[in-house]
Amino acid sequence: MNTIVVAQLQRQFQDYMVSLYQQGYLDNQFTELRKLQDEGSPDFVAEVVSLFFDDCAKLINDMSISLERPDHVDFKQVDSGVHQLKGSSSSVGARRVKNVCIAFKECCDVQNREGCLRCLQQVDYEYKMLKTKLQDLFNLEQQILQAGGTIPQVDIN
Amino acid sequence: MEKGGFSPVGLRVLVVDDDPTWLKILEKMLKKCSYEVTTCGLAREALRLLRERKDGYDIVISDVNMPDMDGFKLLEHVGLELDLPVIMMSVDGETSRVMKGVQHGACDYLLKPIRMKELKIIWQHVLRKKLQEVRDIEGCGYEGGADWITRYDEAHFLGGGEDVSFCKKRKDFDFDKKLLLQDESDPSSSSSKKARVVWSFELHQKFVNAVNQIGCDHKAGPKKILDLMNVPWLTRENVASHLQKYRLYLSRLEKEKELKCYSGGVKSIDSSTKDAELNSGHQSPGKSSFVFSEGIFQKATETDPKPLASASLSDPNTDVIMPPKTKKTRIGFDPPISSSAFDSLLSWNDVPEVLESKPVLYENSFLQQQPLPSQSSYVTNSAPALMEEEMKPPYETPVGGSGVTADEFLMPQDKIPTVTIQDLDPSALSSMKLQEFSSNVTNNTEAILRSLNCELPESNHSASLDTDLDLSWLQGERFLANTGLQFQDYSSSPSFLSELPPHLWYGNERLPDPDEYSFMVDQGLFIS
Repeated sequence: MNTIVVAQLQRQFQDYMVSLYQQGYLDNQFTELRKLQDEGSPDFVAEVVSLFFDDCAKLINDMSISLERPDHVDFKQVDSGVHQLKGSSSSVGARRVKNVCIAFKECCDVQNREGCLRCLQQVDYEYKMLKTKLQDLFNLEQQILQAGGTIPQVDIN
Repeated sequence: MEKGGFSPVGLRVLVVDDDPTWLKILEKMLKKCSYEVTTCGLAREALRLLRERKDGYDIVISDVNMPDMDGFKLLEHVGLELDLPVIMMSVDGETSRVMKGVQHGACDYLLKPIRMKELKIIWQHVLRKKLQEVRDIEGCGYEGGADWITRYDEAHFLGGGEDVSFCKKRKDFDFDKKLLLQDESDPSSSSSKKARVVWSFELHQKFVNAVNQIGCDHKAGPKKILDLMNVPWLTRENVASHLQKYRLYLSRLEKEKELKCYSGGVKSIDSSTKDAELNSGHQSPGKSSFVFSEGIFQKATETDPKPLASASLSDPNTDVIMPPKTKKTRIGFDPPISSSAFDSLLSWNDVPEVLESKPVLYENSFLQQQPLPSQSSYVTNSAPALMEEEMKPPYETPVGGSGVTADEFLMPQDKIPTVTIQDLDPSALSSMKLQEFSSNVTNNTEAILRSLNCELPESNHSASLDTDLDLSWLQGERFLANTGLQFQDYSSSPSFLSELPPHLWYGNERLPDPDEYSFMVDQGLFIS
């Protein structure tokens, strides 16, 4: 094991993680999620976020269908979708996604189709962005493990 | 878990959430708490699981928003059928929502994201419920014993997380015997348990028979019912709380029938007939019939069963004797059924409290697919005002009651579908009492009954009811038919039908199909 390489990777990992929190991509819930991961379920976090992203894709798709026709918007469905998305995002600590949901809900409440469409676009962007970021994070993790190192506990304060 | 003891370890939790992400996370978190976890993505599925394994779970955690069923409705069902503690979850922490949860009997309301520390202590709700049940039992025959247990238990059990054994700690108290008794009397229960009575279909049938047998001449109080039922392991408290639920159900049916009659959309409720295996063979031909309830009943909240039960069903004469250890799952109780059986339900003289206002409407039948005006609502105990339109005839003061005024019984018809929990007066909810209907309510129901008179069954049913008899939903005459009641004077007797839909009770294999169920769900049960 090349300790220097491992140390470098671990450092990279830590910095990256901290930056994600600082930039608001993640919040404390993600930390909690990481705590749940153990030897019995080493891929727990990856599995959960994977579920989340799948859920996002589905919800966003359904909502876009509801918002498609200007003359016939099913705001109830959209509202329900936003609510689910909000709940889902709170499960993994997807802070930015959750924040968009808050704005999204407001547009829904006043039946602002344009606003909803903008929010929909934004939430789509945010979840995909987060997906990319987390993928990078997991890759770093893998590199550390492959280099024989352990994943550091990152203290986010 | 050791017999007679209580331990958070291995607590059997059923988690219901349509969000797959949360379901996975909660499962993990609960497992980390050393609980035994079952997950479920649909409310309907959850209910199926719960019914399949009665006594198979200690606590239910459910999200408020689910696609197939409102979480509050699930809460109601669980409370009514299983009497399990239920914790609600939501990402929405709005006060009104939380209140709704509490009103429906949730023992806790958690906000997402949920923390481990919140899940680590959910076992207290299970313990609390057990203690309450125990106190119910104890309170009957052991004055002062209940207090003693309360103080000791709460100090002891809630203070630590270790295994605690009732037996060891109370040498000079027969408490351990009672616990053992409970275990023995219910072999299907887990060792950690339960004073909880599962009202199987047969048991409920006996209950109904007893109620009917008492007739209108006598008070049909919990003690009398208990005596008649002749179920050794059953306690007066069990009967009392069951009685409350039953009355709740009846009042709801009554409400529905009123509604239907007024709206003129009398719809066939024959689906219940399909499911019924009536020994008597009487089935109401395609016409709708409604169960009339004579009284407005209320169900004690899950979180506060004891005070309610004791408050509303206090029977000064009751002195429950601890049932012997043998449990009879099958009670060959075939009481002769009097024609005036229904009247018994009218005059609950030994029910001191009078239901103040809020009738609770249960769906007529969980099997029904009746489209009520408002889909998502269930008629709740709110609004005395709600009764206004329903009961047009003037009221007389109910017999023995503290006076059910017209206000209390009448509900504006148009309001019925839209009454929600928010309309409820919390204070009234907390002091729910049983009321006796005025005889004018009877008159009203009689009138409606008469309109369906052609449906009345011949009163020549066998009085002996096989315990295996599957009773269909009580729908006016259908109920009469089912129970084989002799109604010589049917048209004038209060149509106080005293049966719960079979699917409501365990032991009934005929659960409503999904469609019917959703209707039932839409109707909603209000459990306060």
